Amino acid sequence: MTDTATATVPPAPEAKPALPGVQVDPANGKPSLRRFLGDAANLFKGMGVTFRYIRKPSRVVTREYPENRDTLKFPERFRGQVIMPHDENGDHTCTACTLCEKACPNGSISILTTKNIASKRVLGAFVYRLSSCTLCNLCIEACPFDAIHMGPGFEMATYSRDPLDLILNKKEGR
Amino acid sequence: MATEQGYALPPGFSLRETRADGSQEYFLNMGPQHPSTHGVLKLVVRLDGETVIEVVPHLGFIHRAIEKMGENETFVQYIHLTDRMDYLSSHINNLCVCLAIEKAMGIGVPERGEYIRVMVSELQRIQSHLLWWGAFGMDLGAVSAFLYGFKEREKITALFEELCGARLTMNFFRPGGSNADVPENFLARVKEILEELKFSLDEFEVLLTKNPIIRERTLGVGALSRERAINYGCSGPVGRASGIDFDVRKHDPYSVYDRFQFDVPLGKNGDCYDRYMVRMQEMRESIRILAQAMAGFPEGQYRSKEKASYKVPAGSYYANVETARGLYATYMVSDNSFKPYRIKSRSPNFSNLSAINEMSRGGKIADLVAILSTLDLIIPDIDR
Amino acid sequence: MKAYAVNHPIGDIVRSLLPAPWAAIANGALAVAVIAGLVTVSAIFLIWLERKVCAHFQARLGPTRVGPFGLLQPIADAIKLLMKENLRPRGVDNLAYFMAPLLPITGSFLVLAVMPFDHNLQVVDLQAGVVYVVAVSGLGILGILIGGWGSNNKYSLLGSMRSGAQLFSYELSMVLCLLLIVMASGSASLREIVLSQQGTVADWWIFKLPVAGFLAFFLFMISSTAELNRGPLDLSEAESELTGGFHTEYTGISFSMFFLAEFVNMFASAGLGATFFLGGFLAPQFGIGPVDYALAAVPGVIWFFLKTYFLIFLYMWFRWTFPRLRIDHLLSLEWKFLLPVSMANLLLAATLVTFKLIIP
Repeated sequence: MTDTATATVPPAPEAKPALPGVQVDPANGKPSLRRFLGDAANLFKGMGVTFRYIRKPSRVVTREYPENRDTLKFPERFRGQVIMPHDENGDHTCTACTLCEKACPNGSISILTTKNIASKRVLGAFVYRLSSCTLCNLCIEACPFDAIHMGPGFEMATYSRDPLDLILNKKEGR
Repeated sequence: MATEQGYALPPGFSLRETRADGSQEYFLNMGPQHPSTHGVLKLVVRLDGETVIEVVPHLGFIHRAIEKMGENETFVQYIHLTDRMDYLSSHINNLCVCLAIEKAMGIGVPERGEYIRVMVSELQRIQSHLLWWGAFGMDLGAVSAFLYGFKEREKITALFEELCGARLTMNFFRPGGSNADVPENFLARVKEILEELKFSLDEFEVLLTKNPIIRERTLGVGALSRERAINYGCSGPVGRASGIDFDVRKHDPYSVYDRFQFDVPLGKNGDCYDRYMVRMQEMRESIRILAQAMAGFPEGQYRSKEKASYKVPAGSYYANVETARGLYATYMVSDNSFKPYRIKSRSPNFSNLSAINEMSRGGKIADLVAILSTLDLIIPDIDR
Repeated sequence: MKAYAVNHPIGDIVRSLLPAPWAAIANGALAVAVIAGLVTVSAIFLIWLERKVCAHFQARLGPTRVGPFGLLQPIADAIKLLMKENLRPRGVDNLAYFMAPLLPITGSFLVLAVMPFDHNLQVVDLQAGVVYVVAVSGLGILGILIGGWGSNNKYSLLGSMRSGAQLFSYELSMVLCLLLIVMASGSASLREIVLSQQGTVADWWIFKLPVAGFLAFFLFMISSTAELNRGPLDLSEAESELTGGFHTEYTGISFSMFFLAEFVNMFASAGLGATFFLGGFLAPQFGIGPVDYALAAVPGVIWFFLKTYFLIFLYMWFRWTFPRLRIDHLLSLEWKFLLPVSMANLLLAATLVTFKLIIP
């Protein structure tokens, strides 16, 4: 590979044999009884394919979504909306380092900081704008403290834009 | 612009003619809301009864200025925007940007990472072709085929969901490898999917390939000669159906494609039938590549050491890949910063679409639908 | 052969209750009401059936939510369609645009009037029933032509013009197939045609005329699919090419009329197929005593519906398997294949009938 385009078209098209099926030349496709019977047989074979589906209801792949909401299984790496896990004391591990804010391609994350009693800079509000989030996972990768995850939330439809501006942390500081 | 009876002619058209018997040609707007343009593509068709005289595609309905947006994002952030170009080849698009960054910064990729890239790319190609197969069936009126194609595709999509958490906009590859290692049961799952796929492909052959109606509707329809295909810049299955023996995987191998045995299926006449057959054959070739990749799947790291930041040295860099639709290339210019000075994508769909006027001239409206379908266009990739 | 007496049990009851002029009116009104009820119920059931059958052909479930097995889904759809605004696009031909949806449904109503559901269950038994059926079924295509023309839409116009070409061609081979049975049975009354098939299953016209009968049935199925505008021959609709063809501009109740007519036509056409080729309301007999007795105990109307629904299933099977033909292929299929074959078939059948080579 070089730095410039190497996309030149090599010559000699007849070197390779064509596909087995492609050799049916329109000029050679003369109507014959054998060909006609073969075509008719193929039509019925096609009907056989569809009939196999109706005969075996086990091949149905439909999943009835709102009813099976409780039993939905999400893969471990499922990328739904961003959540901030809190432990049993209601604490999170975010240090307001703003790496996620910088990693975000769309400016969906704003870290608002405040000062705690010891005058230390801590997280005030983790503002997450779901409306402009593309669920690209870059903020999760950037976080050195494992403070944010991507949860299984995928039902994001709302009636107005207000519910899409979220504050992920439940309390200030750590 | 010429006018006639006070109406402005659609741009790109010559004047419509009135015959000696008083009959007139007329214009028909296909799209941007039309079932078989598969997105917001508008075709202004000049018709004589049902016979197509001229087709002028109008683009730009889903232009989002992705290349301009790329200038304001870091190199790694830009990767996720390429998902939204050709959304059926998003893994492969991501790979192209990663290849360009790797080339610029001299980043190596571990063996396992390369194999993951090849496997995921080939799965993506199969997935894309399956969706095309279904849409092709639906465009030609066999609606059941649409569901069968989607049914098979869903298995691969579910695998991708386990792999990277997303079903369409993957954002999985990173410079130096990928975002994460493959899940534990990945190889077993791929094997299972391929077994089912082989069975389904045979079923597909019976349902559509051997169907005489399909043959009648595709053989000799929308033929594009090799010379014209080269002039239009057609690549991928469209170009190969016209006999252009060009596949980036074969002739400019990226990743570890040079280690695998596979054939590049070629057509002869460049008609809809050849384009159909080339794609059907490509799925089987992808299965071959996947089988070889699974046999030699190495242990080890999936990503070389991650850099704190990706600052690309000044210069211009080019990388090309073979997506499910053809030659996709990224050309980027860096001024030694974290963000590209200019980034450009070469999308296969744009070039492939440009041949549509020549292909569909003299055919019927139904032929135009068949041609559109076998071109396998992704409109967001044309407009970007 | 069993001779079925022509009696009118329901008509006689009405006549015994009312004086003469009123009885005629009451009988007419009753017939219209029954046919209207049948049309509505069977169309609603057929819509449900089509959606279910198509879903299972496609590895889906189909409607499951409204009512048991989604049975009430078509009713919900109908309510939705009736409540929609009946849109009038700019530039339409008012009379043509609003009259067109009524024609196809009228045609299928009129066909059902001569349909022998059972040996005593038929509104009227016309001596030239076949001619009548062919004549009134043309109304459907007329509606499509007028509607496509009146819509002032290029897609609609293309669809309706395709439809016209299709009708002119396929009507020919369909009539030839029906003519063959008329010739073999010696009657043009639908009731007489059914009664000419008495005996075992081998006496049905599809088997009774060696080769010719089955060929005629096959050709009838193809040409009636074209007459019905159903896939793979639904060129006038062709949703992937013409976005809906002749009914592109129709909404609400106008659209639902077209939609209803499509399904009632399918019922009527399948009923004709059952009447002409599969012994209509006659129970299948295999020449095995107890089995025959049990089968004959089932009322004829049930056999009629079973046979009709079997043919309807065939129509659905065609539709959800095959891709659509192109208009020039469609016409060359008719003029270069179906028409010559059905003419030759007619000749073959004529030979068989003349030389009494029919399987007894």
